[in-house]
Amino acid sequence: MDVLTLSRLQFAITSMFHFIFVPLTLGLSMMVAYMETRYLRSGDELYLKMTKFWGKLFLINFALGVVTGITLEFQFGMNWAEYSKYVGDIFGAPLAIEATMAFFLESVFIGVWIFGWNKVSKRTHAVSIWLVAIATNLSGFWILLANGWMQHPVGYVLRNGRAEMVDFMAMVTNPFGLLKFGHQIVSGYTVAAFFVMGVSAWHLLRKNQPDFFKTSFRMAASFGLVSALLVALIGDFHAVEVAKTQPAKFAAMESIWETKHGVGLNLFLLPDEERECNAFERLCIPNMVSLLAFHTPNAEIKGLKEFPKSERPPVTPVFLSFRVMVGLGTLFILLALVAVFLSRRGTLENYPLFLTLMLYAIPLPYIANQLGWIVSEMGRQPWIVYGVLKTSDAVSKAITTPQVLGSLIGFTLLYATLGFIDIYLLAKFARKGPDDDLSAIIKPGRI
Amino acid sequence: MELQILWFVLWSVLWAVYFMLDGFVLGSGMLHVFLGRNDGERRVIINSVGPVWDGNEVWLITAGGATFAAFPTTYALMFSYLYTALLLLLFALIIRGVSFEFRGKEENALWKQTWDSAILVSSFLPALLFGVAFGNIFAGLPMDAAGYHGSLIYLLNPYGLLTGVLFVLLFLVHGALYLSVKTVDDLARRSQAAADKIWPALLVVAVLFLGYTKFATRLYENYFTAPYLLVVPLLAVAALLGIRILSAKGNLLGAFACSCVTILMVVFTGIIGLFPNLIPSNLDPAHSLTIFNSSSSPYTLKIMTVVVLLFLPIVIGYKIWVYRVFRAKITVEEVLGDKQAY
Repeated sequence: MDVLTLSRLQFAITSMFHFIFVPLTLGLSMMVAYMETRYLRSGDELYLKMTKFWGKLFLINFALGVVTGITLEFQFGMNWAEYSKYVGDIFGAPLAIEATMAFFLESVFIGVWIFGWNKVSKRTHAVSIWLVAIATNLSGFWILLANGWMQHPVGYVLRNGRAEMVDFMAMVTNPFGLLKFGHQIVSGYTVAAFFVMGVSAWHLLRKNQPDFFKTSFRMAASFGLVSALLVALIGDFHAVEVAKTQPAKFAAMESIWETKHGVGLNLFLLPDEERECNAFERLCIPNMVSLLAFHTPNAEIKGLKEFPKSERPPVTPVFLSFRVMVGLGTLFILLALVAVFLSRRGTLENYPLFLTLMLYAIPLPYIANQLGWIVSEMGRQPWIVYGVLKTSDAVSKAITTPQVLGSLIGFTLLYATLGFIDIYLLAKFARKGPDDDLSAIIKPGRI
Repeated sequence: MELQILWFVLWSVLWAVYFMLDGFVLGSGMLHVFLGRNDGERRVIINSVGPVWDGNEVWLITAGGATFAAFPTTYALMFSYLYTALLLLLFALIIRGVSFEFRGKEENALWKQTWDSAILVSSFLPALLFGVAFGNIFAGLPMDAAGYHGSLIYLLNPYGLLTGVLFVLLFLVHGALYLSVKTVDDLARRSQAAADKIWPALLVVAVLFLGYTKFATRLYENYFTAPYLLVVPLLAVAALLGIRILSAKGNLLGAFACSCVTILMVVFTGIIGLFPNLIPSNLDPAHSLTIFNSSSSPYTLKIMTVVVLLFLPIVIGYKIWVYRVFRAKITVEEVLGDKQAY
């Protein structure tokens, strides 16, 4: 394998691994902040216990998200030097802003939150976790604007042999980036909601601390329902933006080969890339794809054949990832609806089958998140910056195959080990349940 | 002032502050198995850096991000040329971060020993590698029209290694002094003793470094053109001597402040000598990466200047607040009673 393939593989592995931890961080930070606020307002120790228990799981997850994030920043230069040289004038800015605005805030106040229980006032302590939650979401904002720019470059000119920024605000208000941010943030919230519901379900099935876990479950169910609905809603607008700006990706997502007006949606189909058509198509909903793509039933959809083969993304993985992601997204809405209904009625424990289902549903939003990124990144190929720079022209010239092979093996081994340990610890502390001894934390604050 | 020059200053400040702040975390990490004689003491050491290590590491991420945004060509070439060294550095930083978090999560001697060794190695390696990397940047990298002609082995040249050793010793003294300030009783005394013991070695290596720099680099040229700049290396030397003097007087906080100044001034000494280069070429000066031939457009630099001048003071403000919140000394009893601690 060559440097390009290995570098792509390494970027995929390291960013997908990083992204096992990020969505939960995005959502769980918000939920823990909300729990602590409830405690602050009501003084009810149940909420303090919730803050501590879910907070501990948050931290075990958070650690790996933080350390694996550094890899991504370094890799742009290490493996994608030609890319960094060519677009650094515009792409470097959101990364540097992310560090200045978000990473400092997040890293400093997570320290206050972990170690400050007896050192700052209750209010300052709660503010700390809110700042962490805001900072993680803010960092998502800047990094998704950066990615949004790779998807739909705006506010630049090609000058001095590179892309130079001419309109910062155009990048900040790039609809592609903003929609991506919205879609991603609520996807993270969905991961967290299903995580909390799943862990709570495990305990409810064993009748451990039912008050604690019923309250947690109910909170997560509402959060999950709102999030899952927003994922679908923003996702719909996001797809419209993709259809408008990246027609080849959209055609691959729906596996459409011929350009036509009023394209229908086949519920079941399989692409045949060799013969440039679909192997089979079943159960067609007329005009549905046109309606989804442009919100008008008769809109024209560009088929893959419009694009030379060298400018098409790989169709089958993009199509399948998109289908499964949308299917899962729909499932999340249904599950969250039932969860809200049962937890509001207070009869959760009478439905062990549903609880078991929710336990096994924990990985599903994670999978949906990863699939979304496959659609987004693989669907953009062969471009690294859509229409501006090809991935094959972006890879570093100074690195060799053995170097990248070595680093790829190194990352795989290291990440596999750390991932295994982290999941083991998460499971261990999730099973252990909340700590009853709150003595160490309710000493009066000092500041 | 031209924006490139302003960003050169910011760039050097970000690196210098990073080394000053992570320096004591790396130093503490290298010392913790040697100074901490039992699990309680080791936890005290880890928890003394616990609330701040992550925020300190962000200075590195910001230095990297600032290099990317302000000097993209330097970022691209530096990171791809130093691929293997940076890879080892990344692995070490990743392992260090998770070791802090994971170590206290199991009550098992083997588990703790494993993470203790991990902390030792993953603190030593970055200290050494940063030194090697900066030594080579000071000396210049072998690059010309055809690209880069170095390798990891090349970087391990005598001057690179000497700078690596200098960084390791600087951080060891810095970490030991930090621990002598943050801990109590026997642990604090042992930490101070360690700083005192390592200091002569640091002095010897610093003198060697200053001398060798004359032959291995062109850093002193800028000081000949503008002799008033010599105040920076002189301050470095004065602060280095101040460490010993204040430690002998029992003023440990003062000694730690001196080691902060030493690190800042050592980094500034080198980077001032580089100007206007970011990475000189030791084959052909025409292929050096300078702040002028590798920078972003004036527009981008302007945007980034506004962002940094707006947010960096806020960051510094809450960082000072946090150091004040956690200014108390840490005891074994306190750590053992705190379930949230590392």
